[in-house]
Amino acid sequence: MTLPLTPSQTVGPFFRIGLSTTIGSHVIGEGMPGAIRISGQVLDGAGEPVPDALIETWQPEGAGRCATDEEGHFAIVTSKPQDGAANGAPHLDVSVFARGLLTRLVTRMFFPDESAANDADPVLRTLSPTERATLVAVREEGGLRFDIHLQGAGETVFFDR
Amino acid sequence: MEAPSRSVHPPNDFPGYRSTALRAPKQPLRVLPGRLGELTAPLLAGETIGLLDHDLTRQHDGDPLGERISISGRVLDDDGNPVAGALIELWQANAAGRYAHLSDQHPAPLDPNFSGAGRCLTDVEGGYRFVTVKPGAYPWRNHPNAWRPAHVHFSVFTPAIAQRLVTQMYFPGDPLFDQDPIFNSVPDADSRRRLVARWSLELTEPEWSLGYAWDIVVAGRDATPLDDDPSE
Ligand SMILES: [Fe+2]
Repeated sequence: MTLPLTPSQTVGPFFRIGLSTTIGSHVIGEGMPGAIRISGQVLDGAGEPVPDALIETWQPEGAGRCATDEEGHFAIVTSKPQDGAANGAPHLDVSVFARGLLTRLVTRMFFPDESAANDADPVLRTLSPTERATLVAVREEGGLRFDIHLQGAGETVFFDR
Repeated sequence: MEAPSRSVHPPNDFPGYRSTALRAPKQPLRVLPGRLGELTAPLLAGETIGLLDHDLTRQHDGDPLGERISISGRVLDDDGNPVAGALIELWQANAAGRYAHLSDQHPAPLDPNFSGAGRCLTDVEGGYRFVTVKPGAYPWRNHPNAWRPAHVHFSVFTPAIAQRLVTQMYFPGDPLFDQDPIFNSVPDADSRRRLVARWSLELTEPEWSLGYAWDIVVAGRDATPLDDDPSE
């Protein structure tokens, strides 16, 4: 038996009412061993910040969720996933929801200190250097930076759901 | 490689919905080899769902204004298996068509007895039930004199990322469907119909509330864009 799926619809502009508190921005506590702060900015095709996006991160150890602020910034505190090599280089699955997105967008965030694993990763290997650069976070003061460009120059690589 | 099109979901590039113009990616979606991730940790760490979190009519001292309704159904995967323990979060406008959100500027009254958010976990049969009031239609600025049909926003969250779904539930017979680009972004009529709840006499409580039935079907846990993963 195969049941037809329920179609996706946009989260719209008012999702904070319903999606604010149940899952938080800390997958692990800020001071825990291995805690990494991942921050970034969501930008639209005109290079403008997206102030009403929701970012969700997934990894075996847990899920994180953060809505962007007025400047399009988000921050999630988590650890590097420890699920071994079976799934390629360590990465976070990242979903983006927003007004104007009729489905969630799915991308992956890889870690800049894993260059050997990244070189061998079955997903990253299929991408051009420019595309690949959109999926690897960069080091910054206090953690990692992962900007998400929904459209246009430097558009982040997104995956089929 | 370009992903195969899946007609059940809307395309992201849908010009009738104006906000897609600068937000929908222009590059084709890529196909991921292998499986999407799954949480091995508990879905909700340290978070408990309150016994009344599913009842949006009992979050304040007084009763909210509007038509009292229940919405219930099951979350199933596409093989028909119940999805137990899924987190469902729901949010909506009040009966006048106004969200309790700072940036909602529609000049309809707020209701001090209605916040418009609820949540629950599905039971072993995948079942869920919410009690709320029927949301009002509201205007938006997508095109001249644009109005959203009455709808309730639903989010379904399970440990399997492939099952993640955010959608909207509509009410049967709404006259506003034809002019709504968000509803009509779903390409085929059968799929659009699956966004519309069914009014149910059995779920309607005499002298109390109207009952609506709505099942949600999400992908299987192991859903992958490719049928076979040769590495496994
Ligand atoms: Fe809405």
